[in-house]
Amino acid sequence: MSKKTNNKGALDADVIAKLHLQADQLKEQVDAGNYAAAMGLINELNDVRDQSLYQEVGRLTRSLHEAIRNFQIDPQNAEQDEALSKMSDASDRLAYVVQMTGKAANRTMDLVEEAMPKAQAMIEQSRAFREEWAKLRRREMKADEFRELYHRLDLYFEKTATDAEVLYGHLSEILLAQDFQDLTGQVIQKVTALVKEVEDQMLSLVVMASHVDKITGTVHELGPDASKKSGIEKGEGPQMNAEVREDVVSGQDDVDDLLSSLGF
Amino acid sequence: MKILIVDDFSTMRRIIKNLLRDLGFTNTDEADDGNTALPMLKSGKYDFLVTDWNMPGMSGFELLEAVRADDALKSLPVLMVTAEAKRDQIVAAAQAGVNGYVVKPFTAAVLKEKIEKIFERIQS
Repeated sequence: MSKKTNNKGALDADVIAKLHLQADQLKEQVDAGNYAAAMGLINELNDVRDQSLYQEVGRLTRSLHEAIRNFQIDPQNAEQDEALSKMSDASDRLAYVVQMTGKAANRTMDLVEEAMPKAQAMIEQSRAFREEWAKLRRREMKADEFRELYHRLDLYFEKTATDAEVLYGHLSEILLAQDFQDLTGQVIQKVTALVKEVEDQMLSLVVMASHVDKITGTVHELGPDASKKSGIEKGEGPQMNAEVREDVVSGQDDVDDLLSSLGF
Repeated sequence: MKILIVDDFSTMRRIIKNLLRDLGFTNTDEADDGNTALPMLKSGKYDFLVTDWNMPGMSGFELLEAVRADDALKSLPVLMVTAEAKRDQIVAAAQAGVNGYVVKPFTAAVLKEKIEKIFERIQS
């Protein structure tokens, strides 16, 4: 009789033994026409089912508490223990990433926007001087023109040295602004580890819940997954592993090829 | 030439604004999603629309559809600058009447090329 109980549903051994015993007894009583005793046995069977259910629910509740406690942040004090969970910490951390990357991008762009006109001015002045220099070399420049050029060159060297210094400073600041990668990288790695941990714990919760379902004989009706509906209008954000995926373009060249195949 | 830049991230709007300025387009406005962009487009006499796809509220795709469905706006050139990289999406955008499609991350040269191509096609 016990040959097919290969841990399916993972019921407790004593529960299984009771079920077998009572099932055998029930059959005997029904065969013997002893219906009152059979009804009594059915009630007992129900009790076994209920007890096992209570046990599982108790176990599930404990595990749930455990899982929730595992989500807590390393507590500094009892208050924090109550108030903070790793999950809210994770959202804070990700908000910090958004803030840091935004700050770095804006700082970089501030510096670039300040630097560009200086570079542009250097380009224009150099071009202008080149023309005048050529004129000088062709010996077409008058003496007073040369005196004027001489004076402007002096100013130009002074200004270029100052501007180049500013540019150099801006470039080093831009370099430093990239430190967000290190800081946000560490934060993201922490959050990734938490997500993995939560995934594992969720999985064991799902396993536990399915265990309870098995014992109670609950069958859930699973409708079509509404969330899976492809909402193309809304967009999805960046795609991962684009290089190995057929349904995703791997760059602008792919986009151009696809569009030209559509007659663009 | 008046251009509306629509993106939910201010840094990306700023990048595009800077690149457009380098290309000689200095008259630009910004909006952070389709819901803010559409009324601006309807009242603002814009000549060109640069939009992201994935935004809260009204997405860039929905904005494109709304623009094409509006009699006053339907011929407005629309360039999509987006991280959306699924082939289905690019085909859908083409069918919805997008004039150009640039995937992020992109370069200044690509943006320039696509904008110039759109204007060439409009003028011819």
